[in-house]
Amino acid sequence: MTSLEILGTVLLIVLKSFVLLSALLVFIAYALLADRKIWAAVQLRRGPNVVGPFGLFQSFADLIKFVIKEPVIPAGANKAIYLLAPLVFAMLALSSWAVIPLADGWAIADINVGITYIFAISSLGVYGVIMGGWASNSKYAFLGALRSAAQMISYEVSLGFVIICVLLCAGSLNLSRIVMAQDTSLGLFGWYWLWLFPMFVVFFVSALAETNRPPFDLPEAESELVAGYMVEYSSTPYLLFMLGEYVAIMSMCALGTILFMGGWLSPIPFAPFTWVPGVIWFTLKASFLFFLFAMVKSIVPRYRYDQLMRLGWKVFLPISLVSVVVVAFVLKLTGLAPGA
Amino acid sequence: MTAAAAFFYLFASITVASGFMVIASRNPVASVLFLILAFVNAAGLFVLMGAEFLAMILVVVYVGAVAVLFLFVVMMLDVDFAELRQGFQQYLPIGALIGAIFLVEILLVVGSWSIDPGLVQAPLGNVAAAENLTNAQALGRVIYTDYAYFFQLAGLILLVAMIGAIVLTLRDRPGVKRQNIAVQNARTQAMAVETRKVPSRQGVEV
Repeated sequence: MTSLEILGTVLLIVLKSFVLLSALLVFIAYALLADRKIWAAVQLRRGPNVVGPFGLFQSFADLIKFVIKEPVIPAGANKAIYLLAPLVFAMLALSSWAVIPLADGWAIADINVGITYIFAISSLGVYGVIMGGWASNSKYAFLGALRSAAQMISYEVSLGFVIICVLLCAGSLNLSRIVMAQDTSLGLFGWYWLWLFPMFVVFFVSALAETNRPPFDLPEAESELVAGYMVEYSSTPYLLFMLGEYVAIMSMCALGTILFMGGWLSPIPFAPFTWVPGVIWFTLKASFLFFLFAMVKSIVPRYRYDQLMRLGWKVFLPISLVSVVVVAFVLKLTGLAPGA
Repeated sequence: MTAAAAFFYLFASITVASGFMVIASRNPVASVLFLILAFVNAAGLFVLMGAEFLAMILVVVYVGAVAVLFLFVVMMLDVDFAELRQGFQQYLPIGALIGAIFLVEILLVVGSWSIDPGLVQAPLGNVAAAENLTNAQALGRVIYTDYAYFFQLAGLILLVAMIGAIVLTLRDRPGVKRQNIAVQNARTQAMAVETRKVPSRQGVEV
């Protein structure tokens, strides 16, 4: 490869990433608004409705508000790590989108170990939280960081076993192949949400815990820890934490879509439904999962910390561990195992 | 210079530099963060060699779990490094001796690159035969098909170690309040709350 070709490839990747990230960020601005609107609707409120028609520009107003505020750095803080933490958090959350296929062949990097890459990146998200909580030099922030570390490690384990169940059925670590393995004549009944329904539930709840969403938002429990690890943050650093959190939630929704809801596939496997571009199906499915996330946030009260740990280690871990064995046996004995 | 070589020098130099900073940094938390940077760059080196599965597992296991616990412990312990450095002069000879032994060992290994070519090549024979396998498939074949019993044995040893750690730390202290979830869930309103009609100006016996 000549240096010109290398330059061309790099420019193409940069362009693709730029398009994907801008689309993603605009989508997340509206997902955030939808989150607040759904939450408000459940509580019989109107939600944000002042900026623009129906409050449609609320997220952008918030963005401007955060950016022009003064960033306050506490005197006792470790300045470098304090500022690095939100950057790490937001950057890691965004980087998992590099491998997510939005439609057939629409992934920036269609790598063979896509699912392990996402799992690795999401397991790194905890660093932003720990670094932020420690560098703030505040009791509440530190407690939030410790809680977050324990919580994210606990739920990662069951999340890993859930992913292994799906991998056993799909026979590949490549995200596009996992979607294609669900492409049967049964349409949406051939996707793994039905065949691995208990695993889908475990995945959904673990995803809530992994992204610190209510009812598992103990790292930032405002009633006990004020705002947890981000209590000392203001202005743009705070915005980055907030953004990273929502990007992580969206990537969990996208991962759920790929693993359990057939990715870009049409739910009804014949025309005219198959004419709809895959990216639209993908967005609809991910939005549906996000709606479920929002409903859980508004309906379920916050867990107590010991209950959270018990659920992770004593309920989800055994269930998912046994499921791996059961799924492997069923696939082997029925001869359904891919490549068998 | 190709792109791969450029990336190799980038990852390798950052790995070495952050490895140095792990021991040179005064702040223990910064040390652990540099260790994490070294791990991530080592994963980048694995990717360059085509061992992408190993790279991801390195990130998941070491960076995502082990280093988090390191960081956790270092942040909780509040280590005073000035105190630790007091015995530095005293232990310098032993440290230097161990360092020298390691240096000689590394030089011996690197100097006599292939001790027995047949021995080095032997375990790789099966993998080389299957060219068009992905990383995960090749590893899976070696671990779960060719060497399944050794793998089970390794798992058994880890299990024994795990049980040993639990047995060593498990203390059954009397008088500790514990949550019994089954009892909590079995509680009904009738067991917890009593409703009584309170006559005016008379009250009730409690």
